[in-house]
Amino acid sequence: MTITDSPVDNGVNVQALLGAREALSATPEAAEFTWRASCTWRNGTHSRSTVAGFTGLGAEQQHRTTYEFDVDHPECFASEDNGAAPVEIVLVGLAGCLTAGVASVAQLRGIQLRSVTATIEGQMSVLGILGGDPDIRNGFEAITVRFAIDADGSRDDLQALIAQSQKRSAVFDIVANPTKVLVELA
Amino acid sequence: MIQTTAVVVGAGHAGLAMSRRLTERSIEHIVLERGEVANSWRTQRWPSVRLLTPNWQIRLPGHDYAGHDPDGFMPAADVVATLTRYAGLVGAPVRTATTVHALQAVPQGFQIQANDDLIDARAVVLATGACIRPAIPGIAGAVPPSITALTPFSYREPGHLPDGGVLVVGASATGIQLASEIRRSGRPVTLAVGEHVRLPRTYRGRDIFWWLEATGLMAERYDQIDDLTRARHLPSPQLTGAPEASTTDLNTLTALGIRIVGRLGHITGGVAQFSGALANACALADLKMNRFLKRADEWATASGLDGELPPPHRFGPTRVDPRSPLELDLTSGEITTVLWATGFRPDHSWLDIPVRNRNGHIRHDGGIVTGAPGLYVLGMPVLRTRASTYIHGAGADSGALANHLHSFLGSQHRSQPAASRAGAGRGIDDLPRPARVTGSELPPHYQRSAASRL
Repeated sequence: MTITDSPVDNGVNVQALLGAREALSATPEAAEFTWRASCTWRNGTHSRSTVAGFTGLGAEQQHRTTYEFDVDHPECFASEDNGAAPVEIVLVGLAGCLTAGVASVAQLRGIQLRSVTATIEGQMSVLGILGGDPDIRNGFEAITVRFAIDADGSRDDLQALIAQSQKRSAVFDIVANPTKVLVELA
Repeated sequence: MIQTTAVVVGAGHAGLAMSRRLTERSIEHIVLERGEVANSWRTQRWPSVRLLTPNWQIRLPGHDYAGHDPDGFMPAADVVATLTRYAGLVGAPVRTATTVHALQAVPQGFQIQANDDLIDARAVVLATGACIRPAIPGIAGAVPPSITALTPFSYREPGHLPDGGVLVVGASATGIQLASEIRRSGRPVTLAVGEHVRLPRTYRGRDIFWWLEATGLMAERYDQIDDLTRARHLPSPQLTGAPEASTTDLNTLTALGIRIVGRLGHITGGVAQFSGALANACALADLKMNRFLKRADEWATASGLDGELPPPHRFGPTRVDPRSPLELDLTSGEITTVLWATGFRPDHSWLDIPVRNRNGHIRHDGGIVTGAPGLYVLGMPVLRTRASTYIHGAGADSGALANHLHSFLGSQHRSQPAASRAGAGRGIDDLPRPARVTGSELPPHYQRSAASRL
């Protein structure tokens, strides 16, 4: 990394994050978060999900505004394509989480970012979900993420950035490791 | 009822070093030992185990290694013999076959229940060790009953295993040693690898522990480490005390025919699921190793040693097989043994004093137990420096804690017990700081050892 005249600013408040780590280590119950989304069927394979509130820091919390996501499937699946496919939403979540991690870790390490672009791909054979081949899994066979980063840092620094961002990523962990999922009737 | 000034619990390297420090300061004490001196090394290690640290580094207060093989690695039997000799050398007042059942705070200090005796003492040093129980994850309960489950405590040698494949869970020093040994016996081995610490056995002709000490890394103090919790829970490095001083990393294990998979996540319906984050676990370990080698090279240059040492080089990246499986059916008959090499834990559950946090870890400041003046803990990872994790670290640690204990006893004498106990003891910053080793200050035996490698 290079020393620049102006302090490194990636727009990440590292002091707040470090302070939160210290405070929440002392009060672990406040560190318990529950994230929520609700999803309503529209028609066909089209649904609309909303994200507004979550629980954390020992209280109910609200986003600044309610976010809506239309989810559907493309026309080649005989759908109307009213939104991104669910698997694409998963890729969006993973890319967003890793990118936030890159910015945070860079800030912490004093690396000024100029641009960060992640290209993410998930490969699958849809014979799995179509029930066409019992040996093919439903989900991705593999996911690849390619980061193009323009920053004041050596290639080794940037390798370490993306390694650390994976290590501290919630979505990377959710995607890469088994998670218990319980689906029940209300 | 027995009365003494100080009680040391545990007659391993740390407890014996502390006994020596107390004797130096004429502090009356006894050392309680559940078995014999070096009990863990006698009864809780598999026969082929060797120390990770080279013999020249086995230094205890008043004792340097004086054998014929400074660059070798002691087998467990030699560790037992060394510590037994040391106990005699320092005249440690060890009571063997004495199990401590309880420790309570009483107005005069502490009361210990050991066997059927009650012992009153004004200070207590816990030196029972960091590796008293194997740490087994909860998912172990989901292993199908047809599978033989072992820990490093119950494992003896490959010949005792049932025929068939072995899943070794964990790739720190223990896991890679046992995976390698079992694979060499001809059995198919799968190794589940999570976060790990990769280090070469030797670099530029010197043992890696030479570098760790020479560069000052070993001497880094606990209160100068950014993330102390992480440092104290770091897995042991992927090293073996192999007589030929060879490197055992994931690439050499792959070349032996061991199948490398990701961290074991769940076992559902008899099927083990492994993490897909294996590539990043390996990338992190490679990056960390290379950062240390860079630091070592910079230190060597700054110390003017580049002329004496072979030139810098780098080790190849860890090769991760993109086809490594994410699942393994434990009911198929392919795997007959699961070996949990998932780390060890201390056992302080017998303390009847509220000094442990919600995770069961003793709260302490460099070995001075928080909220219990006169109570100390010794022989734990990164207790006061990174060297604390290893045998030689007990020398400086026991000296610092004995100083503190000595002044604590003095402060008790000068004032009322109740008043003094709350404020007893100096701040940790008053303690002598371990010297940072620099090139020109290398201890002589250490230079000799280095020379013998060149």
